[in-house]
Amino acid sequence: MELRLTPAERAFAETVRGFFATEYPQDVLAKVREGSLLTREDQVRAQCALQSRGWFAIGWPEQFGGPGWTPTERYIFEQELERAGAPNIIPMAVIYIGPIICAFGTPEQRQRWLPDILESRAMWAQGYSEPESGSDLASLGMSAVRDGDDYILDGTKIWTSGAHWADWIFCLVRTSRGERKQQGISLVCVPMDAPGVRVEPIISIDGTHELNRVTFDRVRTPIANRIGEEGQGWHYANVLLASERLSYAHIGRKKSDLQAIRRMASDLPGDFAETMIEEPGFAERLASVEIAASVIEISVLRALTGEPDAAVISALKIACTEAAQQITELWLELADRYRQPFLERTLSGWNRTLPEAKRFAVPQTASYLFERAQTIYGGATEVQKNIIWRLLARANALPRQGQAVS
Amino acid sequence: MDFTFSDEQVQLRSSLQSYLAERNGFERRVKISRSEPGWSADLWRGLAEELGIIGAALPESVGGIGGGPVETMIIMEELGASLVLEPYFETAVVAAGLLQAGGREAELEAIVRGDARYAFAWAEPEGRYRYHHVGTRAVRDGSGWRLSGMKAVVGAAPWATHLLVSARTGGDIRDRDGISLFLVDPAACGVAMRGYPTIDGRRAADIRFDDVQVDATALVGTEGTSLSLIEKVGDVAIAALGAEALGVMRRLVQDTIDYTRQRRQFGQPISSFQALQHRMVDMFMKLELATSAVYLATLSLDADATERAKAASAAKVSVGQALRFIGQNAVQLHGGMGMTDELPVGHYFKRATVIEGELGSTDYHLARYAELSKAAA
Ligand SMILES: Cc1cc2nc3c(=O)[nH]c(=O)nc-3n(C[C@H](O)[C@H](O)[C@H](O)COP(=O)(O)OP(=O)(O)OC[C@H]3O[C@@H](n4cnc5c(N)ncnc54)[C@H](O)[C@@H]3O)c2cc1C
Repeated sequence: MELRLTPAERAFAETVRGFFATEYPQDVLAKVREGSLLTREDQVRAQCALQSRGWFAIGWPEQFGGPGWTPTERYIFEQELERAGAPNIIPMAVIYIGPIICAFGTPEQRQRWLPDILESRAMWAQGYSEPESGSDLASLGMSAVRDGDDYILDGTKIWTSGAHWADWIFCLVRTSRGERKQQGISLVCVPMDAPGVRVEPIISIDGTHELNRVTFDRVRTPIANRIGEEGQGWHYANVLLASERLSYAHIGRKKSDLQAIRRMASDLPGDFAETMIEEPGFAERLASVEIAASVIEISVLRALTGEPDAAVISALKIACTEAAQQITELWLELADRYRQPFLERTLSGWNRTLPEAKRFAVPQTASYLFERAQTIYGGATEVQKNIIWRLLARANALPRQGQAVS
Repeated sequence: MDFTFSDEQVQLRSSLQSYLAERNGFERRVKISRSEPGWSADLWRGLAEELGIIGAALPESVGGIGGGPVETMIIMEELGASLVLEPYFETAVVAAGLLQAGGREAELEAIVRGDARYAFAWAEPEGRYRYHHVGTRAVRDGSGWRLSGMKAVVGAAPWATHLLVSARTGGDIRDRDGISLFLVDPAACGVAMRGYPTIDGRRAADIRFDDVQVDATALVGTEGTSLSLIEKVGDVAIAALGAEALGVMRRLVQDTIDYTRQRRQFGQPISSFQALQHRMVDMFMKLELATSAVYLATLSLDADATERAKAASAAKVSVGQALRFIGQNAVQLHGGMGMTDELPVGHYFKRATVIEGELGSTDYHLARYAELSKAAA
């Protein structure tokens, strides 16, 4: 066992850090720092900068344009990205559907979709959830009926993040009804400008527009846009789910947030003590979240570099998202009464009228509200616990200790 | 000992409930909140004239009904359950409390009539929850005063016809002595108000006072000794805001029970899952204890200063913890629906988040309670 990175890995971390300090669009970093909302164009520029180094398609096999990193190198990269305060890569195209296209797409589909993703010419949305099928996703009802070389699609997808920015949407649809509800589901890609596709915004609790309702009214899409076999969509969607769940870890973000909180708490006056960092209640809570983050990091690294265990992956999804929520609670305490202002964060300089020391409060309060979603999406906490219990209830299910670690 | 409500009190609650159901339904309230002023003059008139509740806890000598803290508790709870935007708390509870101690009958009469709306500008950008963190200064100028300084996140200020401002007539920032109260016209020369909407759909403002001239009658109470009054009214305010929180939480718990009984996943109502049942029971338990904490604070308002303050801090801690747990879990159990602006649950959660951070956070009141207990031992 060895906790430290190898010299080569440390050198890699230095290289990545240098990239974010100099080559990455600094105006995007500045916008994130002041809590302004990014535009689609900002996101595209940021992604193109990553791609200029071949660092965008982080989970793809090398032959399709992936960087060919070890799990540790990918971890280092994500950590440095988050430490620099860069926006996370929008996961729908690169993290979610890209690897599925690489693994199960036809050569023609790879040719057609992957380069546009790599060059950020196309954005994608994930059309899984439906109004009546959330936690019980396999009960989904959006229908795809064959008509010549096409499917005719009818149904509603909901909570579709970024559908208003997307060029394509990948949908789980029902092509038949089998004995089990997981059967008869297919994975079909649809261009967002196809006739009959309608996108309606859903405004979130923090006032932002990220979510949408997407309705399909007799939408015609070629059968050639189906990925893999008909009826096997559930399988394709799930094989890569484990990596998706660890993509919620955001350890770098947690560490840099905690550092920023500690710094800010040392400057901000307290109520009873000189500064917030000397307020006993706050100091203890901060320490306990710091401890949680550093311990969770080891668990994430163990999961990434060893044999992935389904129970552990689900447990870490819970631990990581709860820690992220606790961090937003620390920010809220620092914000005190400045949690109240609700300001539009689209125009730069939106925060000029607030006292400088309290400007962080507006985006951080928005995070407190919006990050409630972390324990809802990607398999809600309660549902993860059901999954973990089902795994633990099997004979000899507890992850074993003492196996050789390479 | 008696924890029952009188017939009049039961009547007060039910008439307010039906009035708000008709006049401040969810859709209507959202529309008012998004309108330019962000509040409804009609509703305010209705509270003053049709229901006559603005003076419910004020003496008959100023036109009030002569009730007390229990009437305020009932009213605030119902205002919370309906997420009322209008500045009842700021005007009829906080300002009226300060003005009553200062013997300002004419101003109180205007409040009872519904003609005056107040905001209390006490907090400053660096002051967190300390009433005695006062950097705003008032210096004598002939028979009057001149005020300069900055006040932060003053609730309901953009709607106010009058501001009550704490300012220093002596001593240094964070001294307990030397704090005075002034009545200031928000339209006066030198008052610069930066108003904004708040996350709970109300309005607040940061206010700069730049050599604002007021005359001798602007001083409320006596010069330099207002802190103990402000702290006392602060405890009155905690009891009232705590009651509002009960209304907010009752709605969050009820909405969550209703939603989970109707929402189906895996072929059954999600309320059939024991994990969710127990969560809702935990929410209910927090609400029950918070209710008792608010009773304790309300019924201790006329006790000696330490007992009163301890009961208020106990209430703010119990209510604050309940608001957080109930608010977060109401959203969680609504799934994606809880994350939207469309259902009431999100709006109640945001009001819960604001109340939790007003008049001292949970951390603040834990520390205050510990300090008071230590001093009393
Ligand atoms: C911000 C955000 C972004 C999203 N982005 C996307 C996207 O891009 N694409 C997409 O397809 N979807 C997306 N989703 C949808 C997300 O995957 C669903 O919200 C999630 O699956 C939960 O479904 P639901 O909202 O219908 O809640 P429900 O399934 O109705 O759950 C409500 C509550 O019941 C609990 N519950 C449900 N079943 C059980 C059980 N068996 N035992 C115990 N408790 C249970 C849940 O844990 C939850 O607390 C997004 C959601 C959010 C909030």
